[in-house]
Amino acid sequence: MPDVLLEAKGLTRHFRIGGLRGRSLHAVDDLDMAISDREVVALVGESGSGKSTVARLLTMVYRPTKGEIFFRGKPVSQLRRRRDLLAYRGQVPMVFQDPFSSLNPAHTVGYVLTRGLKLHRRELGRRERQAEAERVLETVGLVPPAQVMSKYPYELSGGQRQRVGFAQALSYRPKLIIADEPVSMLDVSIRIGLLNVMARLRDEEMVSVLYITHDIASARYVSDRVLVMYAGHLVEYGPVEEVLQEPVHPYTQLLLSAVPDPRAPLGVTPPDVGEPPRVVDPGEGCRFRWRCPLAAQVCSQATPRLELVSPGHRAACHVNAPASTSTIATEVGS
Amino acid sequence: MATAAAEQRPVPFAGELWQRAKGGTLGRLLKAVMSNRKATAGLVILLAFSFLALFPGVVAHDNPNAEVYPPSLGPSAAHLLGTTAYGQDLFAQLVYSTRQSMFIAVVAGGLATVLSVAVGVSAAYLGGLADDVLSLVTDVFLVLPAFPLVVVIAAYSKNGGDSILIAVLVVTGWSYGARQLRVQALSLRNRDFLVAARLRGERSWRVIFSELLPTMTSLIVAIFLGTTIYSVITAAGLQFVGLGNPETLSWGTMLYWAQNNEALQAGSPLWAIMPGVCIALLGAGFALLQYAFDEVSNPALRPVRRRRRR
Amino acid sequence: MTPVLSVRGLSVDYLGQGGAARAVDSVSFDLSSGEFLAVVGESGCGKSTLLFAIARLLSPPAELAGGSVTFRGINMVAMSDKQLRALRWSALSVVMQSAMNALNPVTSIGAQFADSMRAHGERDKRKIRARSEEVLRMVGIDPVHLRSYPHQLSGGMRQRAMIAMALLFSPELILMDEPTSALDVVAQRSLMVQVKQLQAQLGFAVIFVTHDMSLVSHFSDRVLVMYAGQVVESQATQRLFEAPLHPYTQGLLDAFPSVRGPKAVLEGIPGSPPDLSRLPAGCNFSPRCPKVMPACLEEGPGLRNVGEAEVRCLLYAKQVPGRRPAAPAGEEALRA
Repeated sequence: MPDVLLEAKGLTRHFRIGGLRGRSLHAVDDLDMAISDREVVALVGESGSGKSTVARLLTMVYRPTKGEIFFRGKPVSQLRRRRDLLAYRGQVPMVFQDPFSSLNPAHTVGYVLTRGLKLHRRELGRRERQAEAERVLETVGLVPPAQVMSKYPYELSGGQRQRVGFAQALSYRPKLIIADEPVSMLDVSIRIGLLNVMARLRDEEMVSVLYITHDIASARYVSDRVLVMYAGHLVEYGPVEEVLQEPVHPYTQLLLSAVPDPRAPLGVTPPDVGEPPRVVDPGEGCRFRWRCPLAAQVCSQATPRLELVSPGHRAACHVNAPASTSTIATEVGS
Repeated sequence: MATAAAEQRPVPFAGELWQRAKGGTLGRLLKAVMSNRKATAGLVILLAFSFLALFPGVVAHDNPNAEVYPPSLGPSAAHLLGTTAYGQDLFAQLVYSTRQSMFIAVVAGGLATVLSVAVGVSAAYLGGLADDVLSLVTDVFLVLPAFPLVVVIAAYSKNGGDSILIAVLVVTGWSYGARQLRVQALSLRNRDFLVAARLRGERSWRVIFSELLPTMTSLIVAIFLGTTIYSVITAAGLQFVGLGNPETLSWGTMLYWAQNNEALQAGSPLWAIMPGVCIALLGAGFALLQYAFDEVSNPALRPVRRRRRR
Repeated sequence: MTPVLSVRGLSVDYLGQGGAARAVDSVSFDLSSGEFLAVVGESGCGKSTLLFAIARLLSPPAELAGGSVTFRGINMVAMSDKQLRALRWSALSVVMQSAMNALNPVTSIGAQFADSMRAHGERDKRKIRARSEEVLRMVGIDPVHLRSYPHQLSGGMRQRAMIAMALLFSPELILMDEPTSALDVVAQRSLMVQVKQLQAQLGFAVIFVTHDMSLVSHFSDRVLVMYAGQVVESQATQRLFEAPLHPYTQGLLDAFPSVRGPKAVLEGIPGSPPDLSRLPAGCNFSPRCPKVMPACLEEGPGLRNVGEAEVRCLLYAKQVPGRRPAAPAGEEALRA
């Protein structure tokens, strides 16, 4: 049974938005998720789904409004001491989306890496830091590492900069890397290289990755499990092949039907025009109901809970995964 | 493979100039400057004035303060610009004045810039109440008029001399830059690399000094140049009305004495005009360098020379 | 049948400090009435520059360096600004990448439609209103939104409003520069289907620029693949996806992981696109090509016909270049 590294229970984050009535934007509501050792988990969602907020909650850029995050069983969201925060951030670093703004243009690659090492791996001396920096650069495919160390960001391509981001995260010897849409801004032919780096991190460096993306195809390519978010809620999760071949939640089905796949004939296009989700003061009920072809009376009354569909696979839908299902199926070794 | 392919997208801040300066030698910085016409012109002017400030004796052979010559002479071979009403060689005065004028301008400009950076960047980085308070202070100083302030101060300090002058320049000159820096710092505050630096575990002061400020160098240098120009001109104006020590040798005080002796009417127009020309020229030197700096850090502003087509 | 648009040897240079970089290198193609042409490539390939060059929207430091663009038999390159303005929007319109950049944020949609119509001589308020409502309905937006400001509409709706604006004068040709890249996948699919429906209904031709080849796989008639400013392959869409000829196209298609098909380890294309001011000797793609031959480093290949397709690759150099047999309507592409 693999170790559970990170667990979130009831994770919630609301933002106050302006106006006299003091409205609240529910970016993430009541999220339960777990990430284990040596796996790549994809968090899939579109704009407004809350996936980027989850990234920032898990790396403690934001504090949760409600709920708790457990790292190896210990709660972390209330950590305040610099030493504790530093330790956590060394274990759960983040890789950013925008290759053009994630590296400081005034510093070389070497500076960034050695600074990180100085802060997180204090046991290393100067020469060891240099060697370690070069080692991680090589692991992410930037060769020759000594040359790359002296380069400024403007001398590197987008794909190379993203690799530096991964190298930096890797240099802390983390357990879990949170990658927030790391390939979205790269050219298509470059993306595969980065995705392969992530797979290598799981297989060779024993690091788990939370891969946050809006692109289902790349999620399928690199991950073991997939989590689907809509309007701040987790609506479905499970082993990637199963969720993608047999999606249960209507939103997952919608997403899959809309993904262009040149190798397959064009299916029937759903009439959905891609209206953005309502996350301001949403109230009770399923947030997908306005777009859902299966919407029933109960959908506007109660927020659906994640119910078991098959081992390791859950979906939150009153119609497709009603509450009674869980009493029949039993969760075995999930 | 790490091929050094230059990115197509333009560098939004810091610019190639900074990076080349840091990563390479002074020679490379000079090359970047020389490739721009405005920068070269500005640099030549400033170097010329710097030389005059440092080695005035090489160019002007007379003692500027010696009142030994016949007064109010016109230009001649012996006295290139003629003499003042007190019998001093005008050319020597002009040349020796360079030092004081440049000193005041650069020191006032530098101190004001430091203050601008401190207030502007702190306001943006700290946010919240601190930002509100600092912004209010900045706005108050922004509308403070220099001259009435001078009158008030002059009434209370009889012989403050040049340090009072510099103080007034700094107090009236820092707020404009602070506003600009605050705006830029605000736009940079949520850039991923700053969030990344905080996540890396850097302390706040380190984030400000090592991460944020280096990316703002273009703006800081531009503000320094602008504040210096302001200081050059305002110092002259303030000295003209008698603030600062009228006994010191600077272009502004020359204008003061010229005015006192009605130089224009009395037939020594050069005494009134030449210091003004020098002030304008020094200001222009800084201004040209400032334009060039903008162009180097933002390639979109560079002049495009249209090719002659057949 | 005479093509709607005929581009011959179009080249665009970007003037910079160190000389000129050729962003578009001698591109030629024909576009038939009602045809949907996709121009595909990655950053720096010149596809957007090509589009702007065709629409005569280039601004310094980009400069037209040669070639011709013949629309309805008239050479647009030789037209004056006045003639161009008359042509723009009435016969040829452009949909930009980001509606928020193209729409005026401080005026309502209806006001912007009205501005556009008035600029082309339509003064009758009722006619303006009627036509504005009509085009909004065509793209699936309730006409009540004529009163809305751009920021009040969702991203997908804004893009549709842009398309509606492009349809005001029933143009023969609409140029689209990555109109879906800011949208989520559901909105993207919906928009593509809508564009196709409108095309079937109104008969205009489309040049669609995108970096996402899979997006156009079911919608375009023909695909032009660009790399480093040159066209490297040009084929009917279905055939391109079934049997890509150029190694770059093959690499590009392989870089799209499949959602439904079998799972496989993919490689992508190593390296990155070249600096246009420092192109390699010989073929532009040679540093990254898995099938590179010694000859590729010496000679830059020209565009040759291979059956119904055009390819720029020495692998096909043995083919005898010559006139293609007459092709069915919609696929007349003369040699460059």
